[in-house]
Amino acid sequence: MQEHFQHLYEALSQVDGYIYPNEIDLHWGLMIVLYPYITGLVAGAFILASLERVFHVKVLKPTYGLALLTALAFLLVATLPLVSHLQHPFRSYEIFMTPNSTSAMAIFGFVYLWYLMVVLLLEIWFDYRRDFVIWSKSSKGFKKFFYKIITLGINETDEKSAKLDDRLGYFITVIGIPSAFLLHGYVGFIFGSIKANPWWSTVLMPIIFLFSAMVSGIALVMLVYMVVSWVRQVKIDMKCLDTIAKYLLVILIIDFTLESLDQIHRIYEAEESFDIIKVLVSGKLNITLFLMQIGIGTIIPLLVLGLFQFYKPSEKIRKIIYFIIGAFVLIGIFFMRWNVVIGGQLFSKSLSGFTSFNTVYSGMEGSIMGAVWLILPLFILTFLLWLMPPWKKVEFHN
Amino acid sequence: MGTNRINKDRRKFFQTSAALIGGTLAFSIIKPLELLAQSKNEVAKDEKTEQPLWGMGVDIEKCIGCGKCVEACKLENNVPREPFYFRTWIEQYTVKKDGDVKIESPNGGIGGLKQSVPDEDIFKSFMVPKLCNHCTDAPCVQACPVGATYISPDGVVLVDETYCIGCSYCIQACPYGARFMNPVTKVADKCTFCYHRISKGLEPACVEVCPTDARIFGNLRDKKSDLVAFMQKHPTEVLKRHLNTSPRVFYNGLSSEVR
Repeated sequence: MQEHFQHLYEALSQVDGYIYPNEIDLHWGLMIVLYPYITGLVAGAFILASLERVFHVKVLKPTYGLALLTALAFLLVATLPLVSHLQHPFRSYEIFMTPNSTSAMAIFGFVYLWYLMVVLLLEIWFDYRRDFVIWSKSSKGFKKFFYKIITLGINETDEKSAKLDDRLGYFITVIGIPSAFLLHGYVGFIFGSIKANPWWSTVLMPIIFLFSAMVSGIALVMLVYMVVSWVRQVKIDMKCLDTIAKYLLVILIIDFTLESLDQIHRIYEAEESFDIIKVLVSGKLNITLFLMQIGIGTIIPLLVLGLFQFYKPSEKIRKIIYFIIGAFVLIGIFFMRWNVVIGGQLFSKSLSGFTSFNTVYSGMEGSIMGAVWLILPLFILTFLLWLMPPWKKVEFHN
Repeated sequence: MGTNRINKDRRKFFQTSAALIGGTLAFSIIKPLELLAQSKNEVAKDEKTEQPLWGMGVDIEKCIGCGKCVEACKLENNVPREPFYFRTWIEQYTVKKDGDVKIESPNGGIGGLKQSVPDEDIFKSFMVPKLCNHCTDAPCVQACPVGATYISPDGVVLVDETYCIGCSYCIQACPYGARFMNPVTKVADKCTFCYHRISKGLEPACVEVCPTDARIFGNLRDKKSDLVAFMQKHPTEVLKRHLNTSPRVFYNGLSSEVR
């Protein structure tokens, strides 16, 4: 506790203007930045998978299974930063037991469960069930045990059962698209519905969060696909990669337009909070907003991906540039979440001053913990890819 | 044709399942309605027994910024002494002749507020005591994911310490900065109007120690109370009216610089 106080005294000495005395402590730190970031990656990856399944964008086929498993790996971790940020993490189950129906955060718990249990797990199960049965016959040890259990005793592998799986899986994906929209739009609502905070309180927040989620999820799957192909020593399907990049460009344009619209609206209306937000944007958020989010995360990818629609360099160069752009977009969206969550707490609700954010390394809210929550899904994904490799699936054709 | 396909046992099974599911559904629909009816009855009963509706008046013209109320609140409610945790605090506003507004509240005003602007530069100066506004439409209550923060039947916004999960969402939702995360109990903390005192007929600690009677506590339903008299005599205003939270803390002499 003494360390925390020391930290706060330091922040107190850095206060600029007037802030309410209870505002020196920034209540939401890195963990709450990670929570919408990770959830967004899930929603984005799932939507990319749905493009192949529901909208029959066949060229994306090589990424379908990868995108689903990526979504699952990140979804399993999505709530952990949230729980580790709670002061009483062991009471977190109360959100499900006695939810307050007027609370955006409480309802999110159910949206999350619906998405995990009904959409993602079921879709993956229908997609893999037949393979689990086939694999259970040819493997040994843990894998055999796992495959046998996960088939849930439904061992048919004939054409009829495969067709049924396919039809049910399709149905789940159709439900899944609005669910993915709901999942991340809802995260935006958690912030957008806080009328006390003028930086958050905008009706565009859910839709901005949704499109930025799609941007980050698509970029992530693009990177995962490249890395997995490289590890497996297989040739990257350039047509697939080019198509992903094209979708990334389109969604990025929509995302940037929406965010610009939000800012233009603020500037034009210039409400009571405008003066402080102007100082916030040009001062405290200078680097994270203009350089990281807009420059690296948006403008450069927009220009490069835009250029590629007219002029395509050699495959080798394209691969390298796609990798760099994917990483840039992921960094950009991370800072978009940062600018929302941390930015929204840097200015006082008295609209008369600023506090500061000091990075902590250790503890449940520290950057080391943050790194753990970002790396853990990659380990889970590696495990899932080992356990149920999409490239080993037995093709079934109608 | 269908009757031949479904045998008796199965039909019975379907009937029982349908009855069970239907019953559960009906129960879950009726249950909240029942609660609604109950709460209406309670309101009616409260009015009959004249359940108080607590509120506070703050007379800015009387506040001298001595900080006794802040001190008393910290002592009475075990609020941590560090200058980051306040259930109430006093802001000193100084409007300078050049139009600049300086707002200060060192240590919430404990020990008394001193003017840091030279006299010749001051256009006007005043003190504004702040606390939880005990809003009728409290955004904190709306936001709490588990219902740990609630409005008592007598109109006081309270936190159930044994229930709060410590997510800080209520702190984000409060437009007045009136909440903090208690570093000892690790739950959201705020002014309770000294609920343990008012339920025994005493006044909140801040009201009791105020040497100038700048804080007036009372029952908004009692037309003879000091608070209602204060509101009759003065043109009162609430903080951040545009947010439509309907506070139950009313200010006299609230200048437009106050936020």
